[in-house]
Amino acid sequence: MNRDWSQLWPILVESFGQTLQMVSVALLTGGLAGLALGIALYVTRRGNLLENRWVFGVLNVLVNVVRPIPFIIFVTLLGPVTLQVVGTTLGTEAFIFPLSVMTAFGTSRIVEQNLVGIDPGVVEAARAMGASSWRIITTVLVPEALAPLILGYTFLFIAVLDMSAIAGIIGGGGLGNFAIVYGYQRYNWGVVVVTVLVIIAIVQVAQLLGNWLARKALHR
Amino acid sequence: MAGERLTDRQPDGARRPAPRTGLRREEPDVTEAPRDPGGDAQPAIELRHVSKTFGDGEHAVHAVDDVSLTVRRGEIFGVIGYSGAGKSTLVRLINALETVTSGEVVVDGQVITGLPERRVREVRSRIGMVFQQFNLLSSRTVAGNVAYPLKVAGWSREKRAARVAELLAFVGLADKAKAYPRQLSGGQKQRVGIARALAAQPTILLADEATSALDPETTREVLALLRRVNAELGITIVVITHEMEVVRSTCHRVAVMEHGKVVETGDVYDVFSAPSADAAQRFVGTALHDRPSRETLARLRERHPGRLVTVGVREGASTGSDLFRLLREHDVDGSVVYGGISEVGERPFGSLTVELDAPGDRVASFLAALAEHADVVDLGTAAHPLDDPRVARLSAGPGGGDAPDDDGDPGDPYGTARDTLFRHGNLGGR
Repeated sequence: MNRDWSQLWPILVESFGQTLQMVSVALLTGGLAGLALGIALYVTRRGNLLENRWVFGVLNVLVNVVRPIPFIIFVTLLGPVTLQVVGTTLGTEAFIFPLSVMTAFGTSRIVEQNLVGIDPGVVEAARAMGASSWRIITTVLVPEALAPLILGYTFLFIAVLDMSAIAGIIGGGGLGNFAIVYGYQRYNWGVVVVTVLVIIAIVQVAQLLGNWLARKALHR
Repeated sequence: MAGERLTDRQPDGARRPAPRTGLRREEPDVTEAPRDPGGDAQPAIELRHVSKTFGDGEHAVHAVDDVSLTVRRGEIFGVIGYSGAGKSTLVRLINALETVTSGEVVVDGQVITGLPERRVREVRSRIGMVFQQFNLLSSRTVAGNVAYPLKVAGWSREKRAARVAELLAFVGLADKAKAYPRQLSGGQKQRVGIARALAAQPTILLADEATSALDPETTREVLALLRRVNAELGITIVVITHEMEVVRSTCHRVAVMEHGKVVETGDVYDVFSAPSADAAQRFVGTALHDRPSRETLARLRERHPGRLVTVGVREGASTGSDLFRLLREHDVDGSVVYGGISEVGERPFGSLTVELDAPGDRVASFLAALAEHADVVDLGTAAHPLDDPRVARLSAGPGGGDAPDDDGDPGDPYGTARDTLFRHGNLGGR
């Protein structure tokens, strides 16, 4: 066991790094794309700032079609596109692409839901002051929904961490893959437990950070 | 720069406000406008046969239905109506938050109907707006909220800071600059809302039910602030409300709206003294408590079985002194049993209900003499009662439930320097 761990620790550390890489890149790119998509869904809704039945309809259907696809299938479905974009369909880098795309679609709904909670009167007040739609989006919508958005992104972080566990199917790494390959498949439950504990620790830290930031954003 | 732009579109030299670098304007001439028919002055706002329909076909809602209105520069113009009368839609047509279905909206002489979005935003920045629910940005401090329209208008950081400080001092919230809206009371929030609406130096302020979410005391403060904005800064104000007390204490002229139409427009004093439309009569009834309602009159008759008359008190037309002089001259004993004289549009208005005690012929000659000076309503005696047609009309109308019966009324919280006298008392002695 001890000898095992002396070999496993470096791999665990490397896997930890891979997970952080996958999750942070996916959250950054997918999170930003999802923010844009979510805002687009919100503002084109009926009665909103840039009401547009067609744009809303198309985006809404697109999100509804993509989101229910099981992620493990989505990764393979997106393979040809991944090949074009990343240049390979294997490895951690190749896995980051479908992860980011799915993150974007997941984010869009969370962003949209949080924006729906904004008092429309505040938007009207900004319009009455002569603010442009773009200014309203950047200086009213996002700041007013900041606290729930932070909590939403915290939730997403954990969801992305969860999705990243299956990176192994296309040869990617990360903590999930480590637990499966070195623990589950070798009946080494100690490895599984330790890895899961590391993941739980990451989640705890992320949630604490998210809660703290959200509280700050609420100005209470 | 925004300040100068505000005055550019006012070709009328005489009425043109001085460029506003500060809060206070040098010439107070605009405040005279309400008293002056001012045919030469360009109106602040003109609605020409304006309609707004939501939806179409069977589900069409005619929120505003062929409304024509003129709001004069420098006046406080009230728009009163029950909820659903279309007044909130009407006010949103003025700053193009809603676009008209037909008709034309003219602001400061500029037709804003059909302007492209960019130009519309320019027009909006010249019109301040205050909301019932304040609509402050919860993510920004008080100072940040007031600075927001200045950022939109492209003011520099230094100019913004100076303007914000000036405005917060004007509304009495200088010490709250760094507070967030949720730390403020309703009245404070609305004062921030007003400061924010005034920030970009508008010529027009729209107040959409600005006091409807506030308690009576705070309502009084906010209305006083609006009057100060009008008097000291010369800003034209359009007040949307469902409370006649707001109109009575604050507005110079008023339009009464019902089912999307304006059913009566006029000087507030004239509408109060002679409301003609049903809705106008009902609204006036809610704000006037000087005439006894049917129920009150019944109780009065129990206590005062003699001849009761209600004597109207108006500016110029009649005063309390006529009443008391004629009582002396005709040797009639009179005691005031009900009534009140207060102010409408800063002018005296009200009535006194008096019990008369004297032989019949002396009473008759007294009443004949009094009728030459004042509007007199004979209520008869307990044995031979007569109705006040004005009160009867109110009791019979759809708003009859609201007809004033103000026994135990704690006194009305609105108004400027208004004294309600003789409220349900026997000040005249028995």
